[in-house]
Amino acid sequence: MPHALKTDNSDAVIRAKALWMRQQAMKMVYAKQLGHLGGDFSAIDVLATLYFGVLRYDPSRPDWADRDRFVMSKGHATGALYTALCAAGYFPQDWLDTYMGHHSKLNGHPNRQYLPGVETNTGPLGHGFPVALGIAIAGQISKADYRTYVLTGDGEQQEGSNWEAAMTAGHRKVKNLTLIIDRNRLQQGARTEDTAGLDPLDDKYRAFGWHVVEIDGHDYGQLLETLGAPVGEREKPLCVIAKTVKGKGVSFMEDQAKWHHGVPNAEQFAQAMKELV
Amino acid sequence: MAVAAATTATGFDCRKAWAETLESLAAADERIVVVVNDSVGSSNLGGFQEKFPRRTVNVGIAEQNMVGVAAGLANGGRIPFVSAASCFLTARALEQIKADVAYAGFNVKLVGQSSGIAYGELGATHHSIEDFAWLRALGPITVIAPCDAWETAEAVKWAAAHEGPVYLRLSRMKVPTLDLPDRSFTPGKAELQRAGTDVTIIANGTTVHLAIEAAETLAAEGISARVLNMHTITPLDTDAVISAARETGAIVTVEEALDRGGLGGAVAECTSATHPVPVQRVGFPGFMPTGSIASLFEEFGLSREGIAGAARIAIRRKGA
Repeated sequence: MPHALKTDNSDAVIRAKALWMRQQAMKMVYAKQLGHLGGDFSAIDVLATLYFGVLRYDPSRPDWADRDRFVMSKGHATGALYTALCAAGYFPQDWLDTYMGHHSKLNGHPNRQYLPGVETNTGPLGHGFPVALGIAIAGQISKADYRTYVLTGDGEQQEGSNWEAAMTAGHRKVKNLTLIIDRNRLQQGARTEDTAGLDPLDDKYRAFGWHVVEIDGHDYGQLLETLGAPVGEREKPLCVIAKTVKGKGVSFMEDQAKWHHGVPNAEQFAQAMKELV
Repeated sequence: MAVAAATTATGFDCRKAWAETLESLAAADERIVVVVNDSVGSSNLGGFQEKFPRRTVNVGIAEQNMVGVAAGLANGGRIPFVSAASCFLTARALEQIKADVAYAGFNVKLVGQSSGIAYGELGATHHSIEDFAWLRALGPITVIAPCDAWETAEAVKWAAAHEGPVYLRLSRMKVPTLDLPDRSFTPGKAELQRAGTDVTIIANGTTVHLAIEAAETLAAEGISARVLNMHTITPLDTDAVISAARETGAIVTVEEALDRGGLGGAVAECTSATHPVPVQRVGFPGFMPTGSIASLFEEFGLSREGIAGAARIAIRRKGA
């Protein structure tokens, strides 16, 4: 049966799933001493909302032609994607223990041939958005009613391929496509605005022919309302700028560039798990 | 000059065969779409666009997006044929070809138009001579360079039916249709154009008919040259290469491409690991100067006499 349709209880379900995802991602990264927790935690509330309140999918049929698609363009945030797919029922929980192990299906960046539920291989930045655009155009050609969502990092927006895709999507009015930008304002080395500034990001997308909404990327109510809105009511592709906090949920990780790929020591792990309740 | 056969108006522009075949396939299979970078005209896809406007996805001059969109179209159940000048398709979008097509394994057909030095006078930015080396490095992609209009049509039909990524390297250069009885096209299987025992000339694409001319020149000197049309570089027909090495003891490779990393490189890798024999590689040494196709082919030995000369050297090196 298709999953994740919104109910009156969605907010509580999403909150519980997001907490579980943060706990599991923390355990995976601590165990392997590898990963990208900062970007995982800024995006997890978006993914939890999609998988438990928005997307139409069936984990027993990952190739179902009419499924809604979610493309994780910031492929390094596997702590968010893998815990979401696991929570959604695509694979058993013990697979998470193999994270980044020798020949693991849980590669450091997602591979669709290793893991059910992964729509395309990402990792190099600026790839997921054009692929998601192609999926959405395929839906338009077929007059299919599935929706396509893609999440990019904000630093990732510096890759030019995104702007090629933004131009095409705006020109073709690919309204069944939703771009979510994880706007935590930090990239690997520094603040985005101190590196290659993106602001005003909303005006840029408006100028490219998009409908733009800015929301709190950790507010389940706003996320549900924005991401779950029916496609039929708009004539343009939708850009959701989700204002987020890198490392959200763990006090000492929040808004710190060093937690892009920082990994916790034993003391930090214990502290983090104490906070993730 | 003998080289004239490559470029005179006596042959066929294979883009006609490409476009007619694709239109016919698309009429029967609605999954087929084309993805272009403002390259409808240069790809001879005006007719396709007229017949199938919804299935013509023109992303504008944006090659990275073009290949990514194609991967997405494959995710959505379509069979995308990406058609663009091969110099821009393979160079500008190489990471998309690597990650979104080869590594992700999507059923995308990449069609490199006006490959090699078809844009001779426009210079090295517009030449596509590195594409064999780049695409060969991405193993899951089948790499095919048809030698004439008939083979182009066969390759397009096969690519549409095959589940998996394919690179078709086409040319606007006029080439004669080769006259062989009972031809059949099997990817990964070399086509024997001419039997021979003293040396084997292995060619593909626009150079196959020149290899045949060279074999005629050699025959007049009493040298028996085998000619293989190696239309598929990946996967390479290693059986045909090893047989050529064993049975003729010397090999010449000919390609309208860099003389490293392409057909010649593949053949040399194969023979060095199995049955080492002299391998003379005819191709281009690097960035090419400006010039007409005919003058550049002549200068760099992609000609009846240039290939025959390479064969004489290969034969001289036997046992050396």
